Amino acid sequence: MIAIIDYGMGNLRSVQKGFERVGCQALVTSDPQRILEADHVVLPGVGAFRDCIRNLEQGDFVEPILKVIAEGRPFLGICLGLQLLFSESEEFGLHQGLGVIPGRVVRFPEGMTEAGQKLPVPHMGWNQISFQKPSPLFAGVTDNSNVYFVHSYYVKPDDPSVVAATSSYGLEFCAAIQRDNLVATQFHPEKSQAIGLQMLKNFAEMKD
Amino acid sequence: MLTRRIIPCLDVTGGRVVKGVQFLELRDAGDPVEIAEAYDCQGADELTFLDITASSDQRETMVDVVRRTAERVFMPLTVGGGIRVVEDIRRMLNAGADKVSINTAAVQRPEFVQEAAERFGSQCTVVAIDARQVPGEQRWEIYTHGGRNPTGIDVVEWAARMEGFGAGEILLTSMDRDGTKDGYDLALTRAVVDAVSIPVIASGGVGTLEHLYDGFAVAGASACLAASIFHFRQHTVSEAKAYLKGRDIPVRMVEP
Repeated sequence: MIAIIDYGMGNLRSVQKGFERVGCQALVTSDPQRILEADHVVLPGVGAFRDCIRNLEQGDFVEPILKVIAEGRPFLGICLGLQLLFSESEEFGLHQGLGVIPGRVVRFPEGMTEAGQKLPVPHMGWNQISFQKPSPLFAGVTDNSNVYFVHSYYVKPDDPSVVAATSSYGLEFCAAIQRDNLVATQFHPEKSQAIGLQMLKNFAEMKD
Repeated sequence: MLTRRIIPCLDVTGGRVVKGVQFLELRDAGDPVEIAEAYDCQGADELTFLDITASSDQRETMVDVVRRTAERVFMPLTVGGGIRVVEDIRRMLNAGADKVSINTAAVQRPEFVQEAAERFGSQCTVVAIDARQVPGEQRWEIYTHGGRNPTGIDVVEWAARMEGFGAGEILLTSMDRDGTKDGYDLALTRAVVDAVSIPVIASGGVGTLEHLYDGFAVAGASACLAASIFHFRQHTVSEAKAYLKGRDIPVRMVEP
């Protein structure tokens, strides 16, 4: 069973429906015990980093998350679910994250331009990802495919070898990470049409 | 490179898609879920539903439309119309919407935008502005309640203020152009794009593919919203994108 962690942040229904569309049952749960029992765990998330961390703590999700990752169970973070894995974030002051991936979450700089046009923040819309290493998440997906992003902050891992894909918006940034069975994307697979659904399917097929 | 977005807009009332001219003379354009699926196949980048029913008793119909669409279409969905309190936002997000657009309620109580952005994030907080040019001046005024009530508020100042309140995007509709097929109000769009650093969606007036090009190339919009041109099958989204690509606008092409 795939467990989608419901900690009161964001549109979980789309993630669940995405898995169902590719033939996988997924459970949206706010029960930490169900997370410990799941074969695959998904940490979605939109909103503010600080609120998300607080909700994870208040819901007693932190220990189960750290445990399933440490045990090597397939784990997928999406958008803020990627950022939360990092050591700390600069969003609204400095806040500690889960610390699973050493590194920092930073904001796109002010005043970025491209071809004479200013680049709005949030980075919102479809952009290409460039694979940096093979990942089971990308099976059947073409390099430089367009996926849907919406974010104002991006992750900077201390160890560049965790970067599975990058994208470019004024600067090159980390669009996906992978370390063993831990995968996480800055973009939204559940909003990236057929390509995103393929990634959800790939994740569901990852083994312990 | 970030691609420019094409967003078909579905005005919904009583569970049907309709389209009017300058917010009046509505014509039936079909079933919202079927239309959403067709645009999905054509490579639309997002979809926007605007609930143009003023009465709150029909709001459940809209929630149901969003829910059924989100089960079948895996791209960003924005819902606007009648979003007045935090609970309205929660209901739409739970039904499967990714963003909500706030219009009249933002004018009545600007703090609502701040509350929405803090609670659900800027990424899902769109401020919709219905603008009409002040006759004889390079200035635009905000109208509310589906374009019926003038407010005296200056559009460009308001857009900047809404950015400060945490809006993640501006949906800018020219009421002068809506449904006329005369093209976007490019001066209006440019003025707002220059005044804010969040994405601006141009809306109101598309009649030809060149109008989409102008929205991006001349006005600098991040996204172009259109309704009639797609609903009445004048063009498909794929045709629009092929045209834009040919004129060097970066767009996402979808293989059939």
